[in-house]
Amino acid sequence: MKRLSLIALALLVAVLGAGIFVDASAQQQAPAKAADAKPADKPADKPAAKPADAKPADPAPAKPAAAANPFNRLMIPKADRNPPPIKDGIHDPESPGTPMLQPPLDAFGGMPKSNAGNNINWVQAIKDKTINPRYDRLNPKEEPMILDLDIVREVKGFMPDVVYPHDRHTEWLDCSNCHPDIFIPQKGQNTISMAQILMGQKCGVCHGKVAFPVSECRLCHSKKKDQPKAASVSAPAAK
Amino acid sequence: MTRKFLGGVPASRSPMRLLRLVFLVFLAVIVWGSEAMAEYGDIVINNYSDKAGMRPAIFPHWFHRIRFRCKVCHADLGFKFKAGGNDINMLKIIDGQFCGGCHNGEVAWSVENCDICHSGKPNTPTQVHGNTIQKLVK
Ligand code: HEC
Ligand code: HEC
Ligand code: HEC
Ligand code: HEC
Ligand code: HEC
Ligand code: HEC
Repeated sequence: MKRLSLIALALLVAVLGAGIFVDASAQQQAPAKAADAKPADKPADKPAAKPADAKPADPAPAKPAAAANPFNRLMIPKADRNPPPIKDGIHDPESPGTPMLQPPLDAFGGMPKSNAGNNINWVQAIKDKTINPRYDRLNPKEEPMILDLDIVREVKGFMPDVVYPHDRHTEWLDCSNCHPDIFIPQKGQNTISMAQILMGQKCGVCHGKVAFPVSECRLCHSKKKDQPKAASVSAPAAK
Repeated sequence: MTRKFLGGVPASRSPMRLLRLVFLVFLAVIVWGSEAMAEYGDIVINNYSDKAGMRPAIFPHWFHRIRFRCKVCHADLGFKFKAGGNDINMLKIIDGQFCGGCHNGEVAWSVENCDICHSGKPNTPTQVHGNTIQKLVK
């Protein structure tokens, strides 16, 4: 079922994609070499080969209209989120280990919810002490070192400005997790764009992988532009 | 014009090129993307397991972050932010590195529970699940 619709989707995209490539070469831009476009550290090693094989395949067999037209075609329905390991597609149901694992919903029961990622509001979960993850491997009493410093990044165009809050990050992370490898610790020394974030760089090293995903625009784009321009808005909501 | 919109993207990366890039990644995911809709942040680690006849190892972030802050693993134990990027093997684990910093019978159950870690479907590639790039198709 799912497989079939994926194949159909692949065909569709192959056709659309061909369009992109033709267009590009017609415009005499850089030659449309796959190698060109490959990001340095993405797992996109083996893509381009397959669509060619896929094209001559027969069109997908006709399906009853209802099955072919589910209301949400691309979005995962709510009921399928946070699946138990045995049904999640990556765990082997045959492995004796799989049934021993905890299903996420078992753990998430009493935790504050969100609408993306794990569907858990991890910031809130720590703030209201629903969870108290260790800051030290062995000593459960050690407290994190919180830095209360907001950095405002002005955004070109209509989107609200980005406020980067150190406090909610240092709850979880060490300075060395970001400085200096991901960000030079000096305002104005880093260029950041949405394109980079979507490709898993800058904020996208974590957001879109483990921390809340990129779909949650307003969590980052949180400062209205018509507010008086201050060097930094410190909203010490936390402590 | 468009270049301005793209802010920090190097000038050489024209919108068309970006589009192509996104398309390629898109395609990659559709073509060998599995039917997986695994929990966000689950990491399959399979540099060596398949070749050694073991099921791939799966690391669940959600489970561990309920118990530990990122700093414990990513600063103190030195895990780099890259699926498969730490060259983990069993010798390092029994010597107390990586997973072995905890799965040593003291902080958490010990390494003889092979199947709890090695519970992945054979041939599942190394990757972090539910990530942005994967999501673009789903
Ligand atoms: C999750 C990533 C992250 C973590 C963790 C982090 N920072 Fe930052 N830091 C940033 C970002 C992003 C900026 C803004 C850089 C810019 O605007 O170019 C920044 C900026 C700074 C600046 C420059 C401020 C200025 O006005 O020039 C200092 C100083 C700094 N951080 C110190 C720290 C310290 C100390 C810690 C640990 C307690 C820390 N950071 C943890 C991401 C982080
Ligand atoms: C090293 C990993 C890492 C990087 C890099 C990072 N973040 Fe975060 N961020 C986190 C984690 C972990 C949280 C806690 C919430 C969660 O996990 O969903 C968080 C939370 C936040 C929050 C708080 C949301 C709330 O509910 O209050 C904002 C805003 C945010 N990040 C913005 C940014 C921006 C903007 C950048 C880039 C300048 C960035 N982050 C880079 C890991 C990271
Ligand atoms: C993890 C934090 C984060 C999330 C989530 C996020 N953005 Fe951004 N966004 C940024 C940062 C940081 C910048 C760069 C600001 C700057 O120029 O310094 C940015 C820049 C932008 C820009 C300006 C153009 C560019 O590429 O620089 C647009 C438009 C934009 N974001 C739209 C969105 C939309 C739409 C969403 C939701 C789908 C979104 N963003 C989600 C952090 C985020
Ligand atoms: C705490 C989790 C964990 C446990 C328990 C565990 N492993 Fe592993 N093992 C890993 C990880 C992570 C890797 C690296 C996977 C990769 O890159 O393919 C690995 C790799 C391997 C490899 C390939 C690399 C090498 O070192 O030769 C073998 C074989 C292996 N494990 C066997 C076992 C056996 C047998 C047991 C039980 C006695 C076991 N593992 C228990 C996490 C674990
Ligand atoms: C118990 C240990 C542990 C904790 C706690 C932990 N991680 Fe990880 N993280 C790992 C392991 C293991 C990997 C995979 C490394 C590998 O495959 O070699 C990983 C990989 C990652 C990656 C790389 C994904 C990719 O390939 O792009 C990111 C980003 C990440 N973690 C962020 C976080 C954030 C943010 C937190 C805190 C909310 C966190 N981790 C907490 C162990 C941990
Ligand atoms: C910072 C400590 C720490 C590190 C590092 C760590 N774990 Fe764990 N892990 C734990 C603890 C604590 C538990 C819960 C043990 C228990 O239930 O007794 C656990 C449980 C698990 C579970 C079972 C989850 C469940 O559903 O019960 C798996 C699978 C697992 N770890 C895999 C790994 C792998 C693979 C690695 C290395 C890539 C790793 N862990 C590294 C602390 C750690």
